[in-house]
Amino acid sequence: MQNEETIWELLEEVKDPELPVLSVVDLGIIRSIKQQGKAVEVTITPTYSGCPAMDIIAMQIRMQLSSRGYAPVTIKTVLSPAWTTEWMTEAGKEKLTAYGIAPPNPKQQVCTPEYFQQEEVVQCPHCKSHRTHRISEFGSTACKALYQCDDCLEPFDYFKCH
Amino acid sequence: MFLLSLQMADDALLLGHRNSEWTGHGPNLEQDIAISNIALDLIGQARNFYQYAAFQFNENRTAYEGLINSPAFQQVAENLDEDDLAYLRDANEFRNHLLVELNKGDWAFTITRQFFISLYQQHLYSDLQKSSDRQIAAIAEKSLKEVNYHVRWSGEWVIRLGDGTEESHRRMRSAIDQLWQYTGELFIPADYQEKAVQLGILVNPGTYRESWMAKVRAAFDQAGLVIPESGWTQKGGKQGIHTEHLGYLLAELQYLQRSYPGSSW
Repeated sequence: MQNEETIWELLEEVKDPELPVLSVVDLGIIRSIKQQGKAVEVTITPTYSGCPAMDIIAMQIRMQLSSRGYAPVTIKTVLSPAWTTEWMTEAGKEKLTAYGIAPPNPKQQVCTPEYFQQEEVVQCPHCKSHRTHRISEFGSTACKALYQCDDCLEPFDYFKCH
Repeated sequence: MFLLSLQMADDALLLGHRNSEWTGHGPNLEQDIAISNIALDLIGQARNFYQYAAFQFNENRTAYEGLINSPAFQQVAENLDEDDLAYLRDANEFRNHLLVELNKGDWAFTITRQFFISLYQQHLYSDLQKSSDRQIAAIAEKSLKEVNYHVRWSGEWVIRLGDGTEESHRRMRSAIDQLWQYTGELFIPADYQEKAVQLGILVNPGTYRESWMAKVRAAFDQAGLVIPESGWTQKGGKQGIHTEHLGYLLAELQYLQRSYPGSSW
């Protein structure tokens, strides 16, 4: 029987349905894997409480492992410690940029509750300019904000720090 | 602590539902997306609290059975789940604050309510992170990160509208006048909240009042708005006594599950 490392590799193939370039491993939502013979228990943590992708991700993990002969596959969800974008892998951040989504900035830059705080400096994933501005704090999904580049004028999603 | 979880779930679900009524109707595309995202966060938080409430119910069924008498709920024979709690209870079995069930009103009304509630949730969840109940603490830790964004977003809108045009200022004042009488309930603990305080699960919400008020005042000062003089406080929601708005909301929210029991996507 294969070991846990094999399972991690198999999970690299499970992608976030909203961000198909990122695997669940890149996202940092796999908290642990326990294996005993064919039985596997995967512990995941949601990115946002209401993220609709989580149910699909759980199902895809189950399908991926079942199709490789693991049974039973148990998916456990834990909420604490709460997911943070710091858990996203560097490889994941590079993939996001290549896909046209600005990756999350390191945490210390934001997350202060002040009103009208100075916007984060987010680099445009297209032309790499730092002259960008926020259009909306909420973007196409809960985890993203909408920005526009002042140089190439392209709008883009920013995976906000969380 | 079934009722405590249920109370927080009901607040999140109903406000999430009210906000979702803006989807496709927001004042502009960006804000339509923003309010819908906030709705999604709240409904996600509601799910976490309902799942935990259902777990507690199933663990100790005899203790909680008498609390919910709706005929539809009585049909659930075996293990209760989150959906049963959201869809099969009648209005008088909801424990939400009255503030969240009121009709969505205009944009100023929605923003002002969101600001009041988000500030309250920010205090609540900050304290609950240290709750002696590990699962409640975990849900709070997760939710707080989202709520911090909600406070900032709604606070900025309070300032923008209050300090905006004559029309936006007038609407903000009207929203505040309508909503203020419902804010007092946030800080008056229900019996099950008092019990939770004794058990170290919850900090008495009354202790948030001052800090909550200071934060409202700070935003209002920037917005050129004033806090109304204290008057009559509307309450009863946490005990299941509601305004007429809740019945209409539930009729829409629960319609499908009540008409086609057990149906799924």
